[in-house]
Amino acid sequence: MSVDQATVRRIAHLARIAVEEKEVEHLQGEINAILSFVEELSSVDVAGVEAMTSTMPMKLRMRADVVNDGHKAADIVANAPEREDNFFVVPKVVE
Amino acid sequence: MTELTKLTLAAARDGLRARKFTATELTKAHIAAVEKARALNAYIAETPERALAQAADSDARLAKGEGRPLEGLPLGIKDLYCTQGVETTAASRILKGFKPHYESTVTAQLWRDGGVMLGKLNLDEFAMGSSNETSAFGPVVSPWRRKGSDAKIVPGGSSGGSAAAVAAHLCLAATATDTGGSIRQPAAFTGTVGVKPTYGRCSRWGVVAFASSLDQAGPIARDVRDCAIMLRSMAGFDPKDSTSVDRPVPDYEKAIGASVSGKTIGIPREYRLEGMSAEIDGLWKQGVEWLRDAGAKIVDISLPHTRMALPAYYIVAPAEASSNLARYDGVRYGLRENGRDIVELYEKTRAAGFGPEVRRRIMIGTYVLSAGYYDAYYVRAQKIRTLIKQDFEQAFHAGVDAILTPATPSPAFALGEKGSADPVEMYLNDVFTVTVNMAGLPGLVAPCGLAADGLPLGLQLIGRPFEEETLFSLGAALENAAPKIGLPKAWW
Repeated sequence: MSVDQATVRRIAHLARIAVEEKEVEHLQGEINAILSFVEELSSVDVAGVEAMTSTMPMKLRMRADVVNDGHKAADIVANAPEREDNFFVVPKVVE
Repeated sequence: MTELTKLTLAAARDGLRARKFTATELTKAHIAAVEKARALNAYIAETPERALAQAADSDARLAKGEGRPLEGLPLGIKDLYCTQGVETTAASRILKGFKPHYESTVTAQLWRDGGVMLGKLNLDEFAMGSSNETSAFGPVVSPWRRKGSDAKIVPGGSSGGSAAAVAAHLCLAATATDTGGSIRQPAAFTGTVGVKPTYGRCSRWGVVAFASSLDQAGPIARDVRDCAIMLRSMAGFDPKDSTSVDRPVPDYEKAIGASVSGKTIGIPREYRLEGMSAEIDGLWKQGVEWLRDAGAKIVDISLPHTRMALPAYYIVAPAEASSNLARYDGVRYGLRENGRDIVELYEKTRAAGFGPEVRRRIMIGTYVLSAGYYDAYYVRAQKIRTLIKQDFEQAFHAGVDAILTPATPSPAFALGEKGSADPVEMYLNDVFTVTVNMAGLPGLVAPCGLAADGLPLGLQLIGRPFEEETLFSLGAALENAAPKIGLPKAWW
């Protein structure tokens, strides 16, 4: 499988990465090089094989349903590039 | 290099306990070495004041005879571990200025045990790379050079700063992380020892995530014993990481020097690649003889899906990365490029913040997870991963205790020499190491000799899950048998 330039633009938008028009062709070449490298996986017979979900057999642990952390809003916003009081500031999203 | 920076971690520990020198003296010697070696670009941030404060505390404890396992020992920390109050960048522009308000579990355990932090070590951006050339802070230069050449050599990656700093005696040992070979390949390239523990052995909490089902923390140090000492402090159950495994941490150091007589070592035929250099093949055969001489039983084994591991990795790892790196949005931390609306803010921030390799992997990951391609790529790759793991399980079931392979297909290369035209050329560096991550197994790389060009070469041991002790015993046996390789005279 290989991607065309429209697909490169679509992937970039899905990934929320701005790509300049002049970069599209180069990116297409790189992505297709990687896709052709992984192409040989299609030759493997995977009928009846279960997809791996965890390398080590483990059951997800449950923890007690109690509040054991929190009340640190100031810490959480401390690294925000723009904040007001204990809020993150973003461009207006709702008209 | 002073007498104090020449010591191994174990020798420094014993010297401190015997009061031959103080933690402050040891730390000052390392701080001076770090300052003198800036040409290597191994450290992104130096934290000498913090190191001296920790060393003073260590001296007080040592004076009272209350030294902890790593008391007063100067360490380097890969800048992928969050360190409270100290900028943590993952070598990316997108995390510029990020000062965590929390400490990763692994580093917290190092400080609990008395370790001293010299600073944060350079790496490939978000640990994506095999040469440390993708760092937003510039490449790390290996202290090693080819015979008769002053070309700058890569230390490997992604833990290139860790490997270079340990090799150049800029710390006694370092933390590192390994997603596809990022501890073991740089260890092989710099003549150091690196250990990637079993998945779940060390907590991932507070370590910047790359590919969560593959990432694992581990040490790089100058010998096998020092790695064992480091791992004992780094490992352990952490309720904050849901994939952390709740089982006791052994005293790994006790495994050093234990007999390997009667151990069964598997030699997988699929690792003998077409076109493999005579040098790598020769080193591998030599390693087999060293283990045989130490009393191990050598058997040929087959791991039929080996060839599929690297391509499957280049689906699974980017897929998980595209998901993990969605959090860098210009809102919560790090870089922000403003836009007319929120989507433009995201897109401009991420375009400015991520380097080319990271962008490439996010895009591949986004593609293989997108509607219509998920089954063809991601689910298929995860099925192949099951087959890779079954190959290993069959070998272990047949009585194999550990597997010996080359660590890398070549010695280190020069800066700019690989991957500029085709990213896949760089990816092939991990061909021998990536299987271990895909199956969640422990792996150890120890230096075993020098290539014809004068650069170090290593061999890899792969173990059964949670049997790191066997790897330490076998690694020490290899280390004993191999010729001692000395670092070239300091040129930096």
